[in-house]
Amino acid sequence: MPAVSKGDGMRGLAVFISDIRNCKSKEAEVKRINKELANIRSKFKGDKALDGYSKKKYVCKLLFIFLLGHDIDFGHMEAVNLLSSNKYTEKQIGYLFISVLVNSNSELIRLINNAIKNDLASRNATFMNLALHCIANVGSREMAEAFASDIPRILVAGDTMDSVKQSAALCLLRLNRTSPDLVPMGEWTARVVHLLNDQHLGVVTAATSLITTLAQKSPDDFKTSVSLAVARLSRIVTSASIDLQDYTYYFVAAPWLSVKLLRLLQCYPPPEDASLRSRLSECLETILNKAQEPPKSKKVQHSNAKNAVLFEAIALIIHHDSEPNLLVRACNQLGQFLQHRETNLRYLALESMCTLASSEFSHEAVKTHIETVISALKTERDVSVRQRAVDLLYAMCDRSNSKQIVAEMLSYLETADYSIREEIVLKVAILAEKYAVDYTWYVDTILNLIRIAGDYVSEEVWYRVIQIVINRDDVQGYAAKTVFEALQAPACHENLVKVGGYILGEFGNLIAGDPRSSPLVQFNLLHSKFHLCSVPTRALLLSAYIKFINLFPEVKGTIQDVLRSDSQLRNADVELQQRAVEYLRLSCIASTDILATVLEEMPPFPERESSILAKLKKKKGSSKLPDMDDSRKNVNGSAEHAEDAEVASKVPSHTFTDNLSVNSAPSSGASLLVDVFSDFSSAAPTESSDEHFPRFVCKNNGVIYENQLLQIGLKSEYRQNLGRMYVFYGNKTSTQFQSFSTSVSSNDVLCSHLNVQEKPVDPLIEAGAQVQQILNIECVSDFSDAPVLNIQFRYGGTLQNIAVKLPVMLNKFFQPTEMTSQDFFQRWKQLGAVISPQQEVQKIFIAKNQMDTDVTKAKLLGFGVALLDGVDPNPVNFVGAGIIHTKTTQVGCLLRLEPNTQAQMYRLTLRTSKESVSQRLCELLSEQF
Amino acid sequence: MMQFMLLFSRQGKLRLQKWYVPLSDKERKKISRDLVQTILARKPKMCSFLEWRDLKIVYKRYASLYFCCAVEDQDNELITLEIIHRYVELLDKYFGSVCELDIIFNFEKAYFILDEFLLGGEAQETSKKNVLKAIEQADLLQEEAEAPRSVLEEIGLT
Repeated sequence: MPAVSKGDGMRGLAVFISDIRNCKSKEAEVKRINKELANIRSKFKGDKALDGYSKKKYVCKLLFIFLLGHDIDFGHMEAVNLLSSNKYTEKQIGYLFISVLVNSNSELIRLINNAIKNDLASRNATFMNLALHCIANVGSREMAEAFASDIPRILVAGDTMDSVKQSAALCLLRLNRTSPDLVPMGEWTARVVHLLNDQHLGVVTAATSLITTLAQKSPDDFKTSVSLAVARLSRIVTSASIDLQDYTYYFVAAPWLSVKLLRLLQCYPPPEDASLRSRLSECLETILNKAQEPPKSKKVQHSNAKNAVLFEAIALIIHHDSEPNLLVRACNQLGQFLQHRETNLRYLALESMCTLASSEFSHEAVKTHIETVISALKTERDVSVRQRAVDLLYAMCDRSNSKQIVAEMLSYLETADYSIREEIVLKVAILAEKYAVDYTWYVDTILNLIRIAGDYVSEEVWYRVIQIVINRDDVQGYAAKTVFEALQAPACHENLVKVGGYILGEFGNLIAGDPRSSPLVQFNLLHSKFHLCSVPTRALLLSAYIKFINLFPEVKGTIQDVLRSDSQLRNADVELQQRAVEYLRLSCIASTDILATVLEEMPPFPERESSILAKLKKKKGSSKLPDMDDSRKNVNGSAEHAEDAEVASKVPSHTFTDNLSVNSAPSSGASLLVDVFSDFSSAAPTESSDEHFPRFVCKNNGVIYENQLLQIGLKSEYRQNLGRMYVFYGNKTSTQFQSFSTSVSSNDVLCSHLNVQEKPVDPLIEAGAQVQQILNIECVSDFSDAPVLNIQFRYGGTLQNIAVKLPVMLNKFFQPTEMTSQDFFQRWKQLGAVISPQQEVQKIFIAKNQMDTDVTKAKLLGFGVALLDGVDPNPVNFVGAGIIHTKTTQVGCLLRLEPNTQAQMYRLTLRTSKESVSQRLCELLSEQF
Repeated sequence: MMQFMLLFSRQGKLRLQKWYVPLSDKERKKISRDLVQTILARKPKMCSFLEWRDLKIVYKRYASLYFCCAVEDQDNELITLEIIHRYVELLDKYFGSVCELDIIFNFEKAYFILDEFLLGGEAQETSKKNVLKAIEQADLLQEEAEAPRSVLEEIGLT
């Protein structure tokens, strides 16, 4: 039993928990739980109405069972009932249950929202906080829709209690993260910034998080926060430690708030205003100075809090990357931490130095710590710290120290933890390539890699060494000699056989002059490994053999004998068998000239992004890596990859030349020798969507598209014939989207009626992040089709294509027109009489939704017309008027909607001065009821 | 922003879980299992931080309980470590020298205290006094409202 049972001890619950704890086996526990579930179910279903206390107790038991890891499929209704209890504890348990067992059960959500609404309106701070906590915990779209406009009001209202303000700020933050399209900016934004000045530090703490998130999304709107944040920070760092009372934590003044303020400042460049800038520099210097002062307490909490602020200050200094003096001081400070006795500090110092290494001001200063970092690699007992050391060595590597660093990494590799070997291999391979002055060093390094950690050398790595050898003729002879020597070892890794086979097949002739590596010796050496290798490697060796026949006519006979042997010609593996048959035949019938042409040396590979780098980026998330070789990146990345894939799929996979894998187009069939490109991107088929399109006829904001990867939200505004649409692309994954691009396409007819101009969009969307794009829209004349937004991006290796029909409809360009009854009927008659009958369009249709007057009114207003009250003699009918604005003309529209509740039908009549307009508007509107 | 917080025992039993990002039940279970395993396998003197998927894990052990938070890449590890400590202090002050059993038997209180301290994955109120004041006010409310119960009801026989 608990030592203390505060508040309301629910005995029944405590007994149940004790029972569970006393269960000797999993089975006993399940049995006890099932018994309890049956009991609760019968209580909930029973005839006797339960009182609030029992309901609370049972709901709490269900919650406990759920938290033990069992499924709960009832009790939600009872929990919702608790929400409206006037007893605080019952309400509280109800909210807890809802927060933990979020269930977007649509019927319940309405009830839950109702209860929340009541509590928010209660003006009782405790109840309001409960409601706000619940919204923040659940954060669903339905809640965002219901409360996104109320919460800003609560947040900035003058009479709101401090604690409610705090909850409201973070509640809004949560909704902004989950459904940004539903949280409109407004006049409250300016007032939120001023919360940074609030007297209550708790309010400032909560508000700073909100402001930081908003500032990341729209920096311009929150620019004023910079000076306020600097002022606040300055007051904190210069305060005596007791000034802030309970916000002082182990003699450190408001560490959480300080960290948050420093984070907020990282959303902006250094302040332009000189005095503000110097004030900020003073703050940062004070923080750096404090690190040198003797500690005020021996407690680890003191040093942690102090250093938390220090590391965040260093992050800001690195972010600004403009004050050499501060950068070097930061680097020296981190240098001290590298040898600190606290493992945590050593870890963080290594991590933080990684980013410092990429600044030109501090790169040299970081390099001075190389010996310490190398010794960390050798002596740290924690693999996560060693991992950081590898990262830092990689980041600080340049031409001057590359040989030392690569050598250290190679020697570490021999004993490195299995979990990080592959990454180290990739890093060594990249550094060796990048800083190779002479390529013999590069070839040696890669062969060493294969020798030390062959199993961790991925295809990308050995493909890359072959690409480089083929592209650089100064290294080919050396490469042939080196692989020949390496293959002498009695046991060598299969990856070495692959590289060796490929290189000798291409360049064996360069060393054939030496009798110790005569053609026959080379062949026998390769063939001695043949039987120990896997099928793909054997296939590669067969290709090397046919290349030998071309290079060295003197071994033709020997090789033909090998190809002719039963183990090849009748090999169980189809690929090997086919290669043997085809190569043998080719060597028999083709003339020397043809052989020489077909089996010519591979042409140089086009320069492209190193596939190893791509792999490392994929492994680590590219944001963490300094960009190593921009020059190599192909500008039109995604397009070209897509082409490659297309070419590959068009080439039939079993053509003759293809199996020889000579210099033909890369194929997907015999991939071994040609797959050196390796970075094929498979393109996913285009997904097109217009399912949410109809929903936008009567509204301008919302989610237009969502799949597992991407969410697209829209906000749009229209004035006369112009419109602006804000498109929000949210990355729902934990992986970056690359090469993100969009285009808007209209069919031939549409593009002369409607102009859509798109603003550029960021090509990278970080995991979990959202980017915004603006579309400017101009209506030239009336139209009926809709433009399509095409989205393309790379997720992992796959190219994603999505096409979304943009909800730009004719009715968006409505201006509502108020008119009197007399005017209306005059116009109505005019339009009916003067012009041809087609200008009136009428449709009678069955109601798809419930026929609710208020909903209908809202839809008509959303459609864009003015509703004219008291015009129609029959009060249940709706009458509206508006003008469609286009660049070339304006079209007046009158409409009348007559509901027939008995028949559950509507009659919709539209009269405009243009037939096509009447037609289109009728189509759009009639689908809405 | 903090993505989630887990409390678990040395035996790997989950004692409290708080998720600040929407995840399915299945994912939650998988994440908890993975992390509990990873952390329990680490030695005592090791660093309190580790990279896990694309998140940073910050954890600390207090007596028989592990407190483990997952934060995002840009987040500050040390301040997260102190978030854990402050939460422990809050529990300690409220329960009076807190132990694992207090959290098992009064899990709902542990959640209420956490909600006052952290909301939406961000620190809401870092003053110990203010958090405890809020919780005590709530307790006061419930004591006033609570009517005495019969003995049978108390032992859960109804």
